[in-house]
Amino acid sequence: MERVFDKNIVVLLLIGAMCVMGFAGAKDATPPPLRLATTTSTENSGLLAALLPVFEKKYGAPVRVISVGTGQALKLGERGDVDVVLVHAREDEDKFVAAGFGVNRRDVMYNDFILVGPTADPAGIRGMTRVGEALKKIHETGAIFVSRGDESGTHIMERRLWKEENIVLAASPGARRYLSAGQGMGAVLTMSGALGAYTLTDRGTFVAYKSRIGLDILVSGDPRLANPYGIIAVNPKRHADINFAGAMALIDWITSTEGLKLIASFKVSGEQLFFPGVPPAAGYKKVGLTNGAG
Amino acid sequence: MELVDATREAFRLLLSGDGTLWTIVWISLRVSLFALLIATPPAVALGFFLAVASFPGRRACVIALQSLLSFPTVVVGLILFLLLTRQGPLGSLQILYTQEAMIAGQAVIAFPVLAAFALSAVQGADLRVRETALALGASRTQASWTTLVEVRFAVVVGVLSGFGRVISEVGCAMMVGGNIAGITRNIPTAISLETSKGDFEQGIALGVVLMVFAIGANLALAWAQGRGGLD
Repeated sequence: MERVFDKNIVVLLLIGAMCVMGFAGAKDATPPPLRLATTTSTENSGLLAALLPVFEKKYGAPVRVISVGTGQALKLGERGDVDVVLVHAREDEDKFVAAGFGVNRRDVMYNDFILVGPTADPAGIRGMTRVGEALKKIHETGAIFVSRGDESGTHIMERRLWKEENIVLAASPGARRYLSAGQGMGAVLTMSGALGAYTLTDRGTFVAYKSRIGLDILVSGDPRLANPYGIIAVNPKRHADINFAGAMALIDWITSTEGLKLIASFKVSGEQLFFPGVPPAAGYKKVGLTNGAG
Repeated sequence: MELVDATREAFRLLLSGDGTLWTIVWISLRVSLFALLIATPPAVALGFFLAVASFPGRRACVIALQSLLSFPTVVVGLILFLLLTRQGPLGSLQILYTQEAMIAGQAVIAFPVLAAFALSAVQGADLRVRETALALGASRTQASWTTLVEVRFAVVVGVLSGFGRVISEVGCAMMVGGNIAGITRNIPTAISLETSKGDFEQGIALGVVLMVFAIGANLALAWAQGRGGLD
């Protein structure tokens, strides 16, 4: 009996100590942690690992990254599960802001999408300059194409490209030439490599994966493949417990000269993956996006 | 409230006979039933063998089998993936990202469950059954068969447990199946995808179907155990 009682006292003391520590922490001036929902492309490429520690040091609290597809990142913001979102699907971002879910959208950077496929290139699209024509050719030759199929920014872009070519993909999702994988970019690249299939990918994830999947960049540089990223604070008027100050601190920092410089200097395998600012509408090809495209 | 609205929509989807949804359910059932069909005979045979045979290392085999029960399914997925990938030893089969690969994965996952249930059932069976059969002039095979018939409900319990394990398994199915719409997208991988898309209605609808399966399997399990107890 006595031993049990002792144990209880110890537990109580521990709880008490934790409470005191908790209060002490709360009294401190450290800002609350910031929750950032972002796309798998920024996380998988390692960009966030290069940027966030610098910001965290300045801001004084950790940034908790939830990396999902653009669709879900925006939904997380909509529900107030995160404080700030960093995504790439311009139209959806505008809708998100227009609906009052987010405020203070800023352009941060851009990279580009590329069409990749097996080295043998059965559809014969290598070096084509217009992505639409390349997709048409893939479709006509009946080569396999793996789609993200997960409402991510990449998937939204892919669907738009098919639509612009007026290609209606087989109504049945079971059609064996167009596979809807419903997975992240890395998984889709791995799958495309294993199946000898074509896919649309962001350059960053591809560079990170290319050594192990046996796929080549076949089409790149079409201005329609530009992939701009925006950062949006979740509207504090909708969710009272949002860390709005933290969100704004991150937005201000990432679009500052320091933030943009860090983005520009981030390289994977010697290749720059993200370009600060907005993509130039004309002459897009000439600003260095074709480096390493071959 | 989101959960309530989504649940209402989920039931509408289920009752309206939504094609995509029922395709997913069908794929799940087909893959899991095939996996059990393939895994059950050898697993029961192994369990039976381990229960009645005595040979050096038998104890180690039993321990190995029992530890396989808690073998992580994603590791099964990983190993199978490495075997089936193009450069892998079984790459020439070209079955990665097909239902066949998922069936293989689920068969491997169900195997230890089935074998362990058969093992404990045969161990728990009345030894006199076998001895009587042998004494009455039955051959070893006939005696074994008599014992198996004797423990059939316990074997069914094992099959139902195995079903419960594979029908809800997501890791291996995702890795070797690839979650391809209409081909290898089963209930667990679809729920995972729908949640990541924020489309909760379909996720909940599929979750309901999965729970119906689980409850059904458990009712059948209770029935089989009851029958087993009567014997």
